[in-house]
Amino acid sequence: MFDNNMGGESMREKILEMLSCNSRISHDQIAVMLNMNPQDVTREIKAMEEEKIILKYSTLINWEKTKSHTVTALIDVKVTPQRGVGFDEVAERIFRYPEVRSVALMSGSYDLSVKIEGKTMKEVALFVAEKLATVEHVQSTMTHFVLKQYKQAGVVFDDKEEDRRQVITP
Amino acid sequence: MSKFNAADYVVPKLKSLPPSGIRKFFDLVANTKGVISLGVGEPDFVTPWHIREACVHSLEKGYTMYTSNWGMPELRKGVADYLSEKYHVSYSPENQVIITVGASEAVDLALRAVVDQDDEVIIPDPCYVSYKPCAAMAGGTVVSIPTKAENDFKLTAQQLENAITAKSKVLVLCYPNNPTGAIMTKEELLQIAAVVEKHNLLVISDEIYSELTYSGQHTSFASLPGMLDRTILINGFSKSFAMTGWRVGYATGHPEIIGAMVKIHQYTILCTPVTAQMAALEALNNGMEQVYHMRDQYNQRRRLLVNRLNDMGLDCFEPKGAFYAFPSIKRTGLNSEEFCQHLLNEELVAVVPGEAFGESGKGHIRISYASSINQIEEALNRIERFVNKRYKSEVNLSAQA
Ligand SMILES: Cc1ncc(COP(=O)(O)O)c(C=O)c1O
Repeated sequence: MFDNNMGGESMREKILEMLSCNSRISHDQIAVMLNMNPQDVTREIKAMEEEKIILKYSTLINWEKTKSHTVTALIDVKVTPQRGVGFDEVAERIFRYPEVRSVALMSGSYDLSVKIEGKTMKEVALFVAEKLATVEHVQSTMTHFVLKQYKQAGVVFDDKEEDRRQVITP
Repeated sequence: MSKFNAADYVVPKLKSLPPSGIRKFFDLVANTKGVISLGVGEPDFVTPWHIREACVHSLEKGYTMYTSNWGMPELRKGVADYLSEKYHVSYSPENQVIITVGASEAVDLALRAVVDQDDEVIIPDPCYVSYKPCAAMAGGTVVSIPTKAENDFKLTAQQLENAITAKSKVLVLCYPNNPTGAIMTKEELLQIAAVVEKHNLLVISDEIYSELTYSGQHTSFASLPGMLDRTILINGFSKSFAMTGWRVGYATGHPEIIGAMVKIHQYTILCTPVTAQMAALEALNNGMEQVYHMRDQYNQRRRLLVNRLNDMGLDCFEPKGAFYAFPSIKRTGLNSEEFCQHLLNEELVAVVPGEAFGESGKGHIRISYASSINQIEEALNRIERFVNKRYKSEVNLSAQA
């Protein structure tokens, strides 16, 4: 129960964890912090880029604080299963649209969870009605608009937690 | 009628007790704005949420009463199981475990239970700030053993042997160490144990940083052959579970000694707050994963910090435990108080002068890496600028002379 958990994660996982927290961290710094050779870090990262484990270095942005407001909706999509057409094909027909930010296959009462971004609610609603709902084998859609994002990718957007420690303690 | 003078009522031994060296520096830092402080001796993590939540739940269920003087039976059992599984020391929860108000109280109880007037208490130096004052208040005579950077701030058997007199009674150990970050391996501790046995000493082993060991496994002094009964083992929740403000710690040892400590505790404290004990129980039951996660984070910061300190010419032995680095600042030509004051004034970075932890801390500073990577990096940039400026001006001065 209190086992030591020494080296449970692989070096790759540790590198990925650091990059996912800060994609701008230098390879040298990763090397120091993980006690590795800088060349090894660079080689691993390059390999993971080639293997498409690392897909992109992006930035987490609180868009609500910018002027360019976007509207986000999560759409539950039910699919009619048909011979010869799996979920993968239906998902592909959906994810080809640039308006679609993410698609995932779900367990439970619906099949695909689709995230859409648009400039206005109307634009999103129109996209759902005209494009998404009419994709072959899509049986029904249920649209939920995101009203406020509190936390994303493990980061609390308006974190009020501050350092409450005394400035010097023994 | 004579005039009332409050100070006359304070006992002389308290008046002669020096104020904490940290306190002085604290006031200085607290009055400066915009400071990055690497002077904090506690985790920057807030207590994991499930632990906080368990405490709230315990309040909702009405856990608001006294507990046994010894601490809640479930928590004592949890502590005994934890120590047995992790450090291979076996204690009965019935009469060998006391839950205290932090390791701090455990240190005080232990010293008061075993130190009598003029007994000598051997304490490696530099050390955590409370040992010497508590030993002195218990009536003991403090015998300091200076530990050195060239020995990685470890206590050696020879040093201990040299410090022994007819009055030697207690040895206080603290590994992983605050302020140096030193650890001692099993082999090194075995050599100490031999001297302890030879001179019939009792050991108070403060292992509060046991979970924060970055090289090999922590060895508890009590787990060494023949040392279980001779050791008062002290640990707590403050550092490993990021629970400093909850004030829960514990001591384990021989029933006679723990029983004596409970006697003081029952009259002075009665019991550790039940709310905090409930949280500690949740920590032991479900908190280990978080402990290891935090340890990994500290370890990464530790490597970053030590690497940069050495790069900028502040010689730093590799601290393998706790969350402190203890570099030497001698080459700047400043003493550690001056270094800390100038660094604070010029670069708004707070670190603690080594001598706040004892004579042999002179020429060193304690830097805590219980801070975010961003804070550590920014502080290091400032320290580097400061050191370069100092070092260059030293070089120029000597060139002119
Ligand atoms: C070595 C050492 N022992 C004991 C303590 C006190 O711990 P607690 O919060 O459990 O009283 C500290 C806290 O800084 C410490 O560094």
